[in-house]
Amino acid sequence: MLLRLAPWILIGVLVVPLAAGLLMVILPAFGYLPVLGGETFHFDAWQALWQRPGLYRSILLSYTSGLITTLVSLSIVVLFLAASRGTWLDRGIRRLVSPLLAIPHAAVAFGLAFLITPSGLFVRWVSPGLTGWERPPDLLIVNDPMGLALMAGLVLKEVPFLLLMCLAALPQLGPEKRVTLARSLGYSANIAWLKSVFPALYPLIRLPVYAVVAYATSVVDMAMILGPTLPPTLSVSILGWFNDPDLDRRYMASAGAVLQLGVTLAALLTWWLGEQCVKRISEGWLVNGARSSGSIAIAVGGRVLLTTTTLLAISAIGGLVIFSVAGFWRFPDALPGTFTLDHWQRILPSVTTPLLNTLSVGLAATLIAAVLVVATLENAARHHLPVSRSQWLLYLPLIVPQVAFLFGLVVAAESISVRPQWALVVAAHLLFVAPYLYLSLSEAYRRLDPRWVQVAHSLGASPWRAFCRVRLPLLLAPLLTACAVSLAVSIGQYLPTLLLGGGRVPTITTEAVAMASGGNRRLIAVLALLQALLPFIGFSLALMIPRLMWSKRRNMRGVV
Amino acid sequence: MIVNANLHTERLHTQQLHIKQLNISLHGETLLALDSVIQPGEVLTVMGPSGSGKSTLLAYLAGFLSPAFQAQGQLYLDEQRLDTLPAEKRGIGLLFQDPMLFPHLSVGGNLRFGLPRHIKGKRQQVTQALEQVGLAGYEARDPATLSGGQQARVALMRLLLSKPRAVLLDEPFSKLDTALRQEMRTLVFSQLSEAGLPALLVTHDHADANAAGGPVIELG
Repeated sequence: MLLRLAPWILIGVLVVPLAAGLLMVILPAFGYLPVLGGETFHFDAWQALWQRPGLYRSILLSYTSGLITTLVSLSIVVLFLAASRGTWLDRGIRRLVSPLLAIPHAAVAFGLAFLITPSGLFVRWVSPGLTGWERPPDLLIVNDPMGLALMAGLVLKEVPFLLLMCLAALPQLGPEKRVTLARSLGYSANIAWLKSVFPALYPLIRLPVYAVVAYATSVVDMAMILGPTLPPTLSVSILGWFNDPDLDRRYMASAGAVLQLGVTLAALLTWWLGEQCVKRISEGWLVNGARSSGSIAIAVGGRVLLTTTTLLAISAIGGLVIFSVAGFWRFPDALPGTFTLDHWQRILPSVTTPLLNTLSVGLAATLIAAVLVVATLENAARHHLPVSRSQWLLYLPLIVPQVAFLFGLVVAAESISVRPQWALVVAAHLLFVAPYLYLSLSEAYRRLDPRWVQVAHSLGASPWRAFCRVRLPLLLAPLLTACAVSLAVSIGQYLPTLLLGGGRVPTITTEAVAMASGGNRRLIAVLALLQALLPFIGFSLALMIPRLMWSKRRNMRGVV
Repeated sequence: MIVNANLHTERLHTQQLHIKQLNISLHGETLLALDSVIQPGEVLTVMGPSGSGKSTLLAYLAGFLSPAFQAQGQLYLDEQRLDTLPAEKRGIGLLFQDPMLFPHLSVGGNLRFGLPRHIKGKRQQVTQALEQVGLAGYEARDPATLSGGQQARVALMRLLLSKPRAVLLDEPFSKLDTALRQEMRTLVFSQLSEAGLPALLVTHDHADANAAGGPVIELG
């Protein structure tokens, strides 16, 4: 009985806050916010917004950086998959990529900033030998006005995400058969993949691609670390207005949030139009019979691009490690003169609370999400329900920009006298944790041979016993992995933690991002590393627990 | 064989399985229609090409039919109506192409899984069952380390220990190699008739039907 309600509870938990948040952003944008005395509808906020200096530039930055990031990330992934032939090199690259997904955005952003900044590792490594620089050059590389650093940072994070999404979707297409068939018709392997596998793959990864577009047009934490400052991206500007001591700015901020929604929608629409154009144009290309033109470029380009991305991300983390233990470090020395654990020792006592908050929020959100998602999937399995049409509702929180509804959510909560607090942070994290948990678990759940549970029933096991004794053990490994993904997602959340906690639930992520403008690189490095370390512990446990538990059960490797 | 089985009937309270005016349809089109009685210890063989509804029939009898299908008719075990009961209350055992031994449990764990919950002497029953099929002392083994034939025998004993009142066989010998196949047929059918259980066998293989010795129905 309760089980039948599970899908509705899950959708409610995701959609109700989203709708409430959007409503409480849209109403103030048009002047209605009774708490602050706004009881009539008008367009004052919009007029104030349009008069902001640099607004058009902010909009343009958000829009273009989102689209370019998505295009570059997707191209890198597709070229690599087309070039990838399952050799040891390709498998090695893939294995390097997956852990990158676990590293929070902010940690990657800091790592990248420390690499490319004028006094960063790259400049040090080539100076003064190649450049002749004896002191850091006066260049604006990080926070550049074009947003190039921001886009690079986003690409580093979105490539692993899209690659894993593709790898998860590929098996159901039988790519080897398609490629073999096309090759027997004389196509080179890379072109065979592009012409016979990719057109079938794209529809399966469309939703994750849209999520990337939405995320990249509205990201806050990465844009605060890597993005332009005068003016910043639209999302960062909005955050500034909301935090303005002048409460009347709230109206303009709300208008800004609605504008952000529009910018993201415009980017999604542009992407969709692009899809249609590519589809039209490629119809001819798919069947023009060209069998190998461009093949070598793909083979080289695919591997080089993905390897570069991966190495850059790994160097970024490596750079964080060096900075976190650096003592005296003169420019342009490639490495610090002395190493010290001072920074770690200095900061550890003060991060106990943020660390505990990070873990408690992450575990609570993951646990709630896991119960809801498993109950939903179990309900679907028991009643032979096909993939539900309402499933896209689950992905709404990943498509709607965070800045566009989280402020409204705070207002909505306050209007029913719920102050920002730990429980609200958990509820907000749930919005982003649950979709990822569902995304990573549902395939394993559906792929599990239904005969396992049927055998259990035929042996007299009740549905509950069959679930506990058969389905749960068989799905333990994918379930733990899905939980580790969720935990990583929760740990990386900046805006929901900051807003719904009202600044009183500090986590490692909020602390690290708060230090971005302060500029003590060594302390930032320690915090960013701590932030990256937690998800790794989660993933390691998710890998180790099933191995230890089933160490004497050979077939528990690869049963699902 | 039936006479032999009937001797056990009194002692084991075996019953007959009655598939009464069954009609299964999909999107309004009849997929299969069947009306038959399976006596205790008898094996009814159902044959037919793929797509003739054999697996649908099994799913209906076992209680796993997808709601996409419409089923009319009833299923009785003597006087008790089964088709309205959930799968786990029907007492209908299943044997698949694959042994389907739970990979996370030991051989003994698999056998205990089938035993009714509150009975005494579980350990002894498991030991005896393994001895009966020549696998004495295999309790602690990982099912993955057993040969295909050994796994098939464990699966059969797990089924019998769960004290089913009727049995469904879904091409249970099709994945065994030829030598083993004959041996398993003899073992399965002799055990079923000894227990006096009504059984329904779905197969492609005429040799299975011959070995089963019961009536044969062709579908499709």
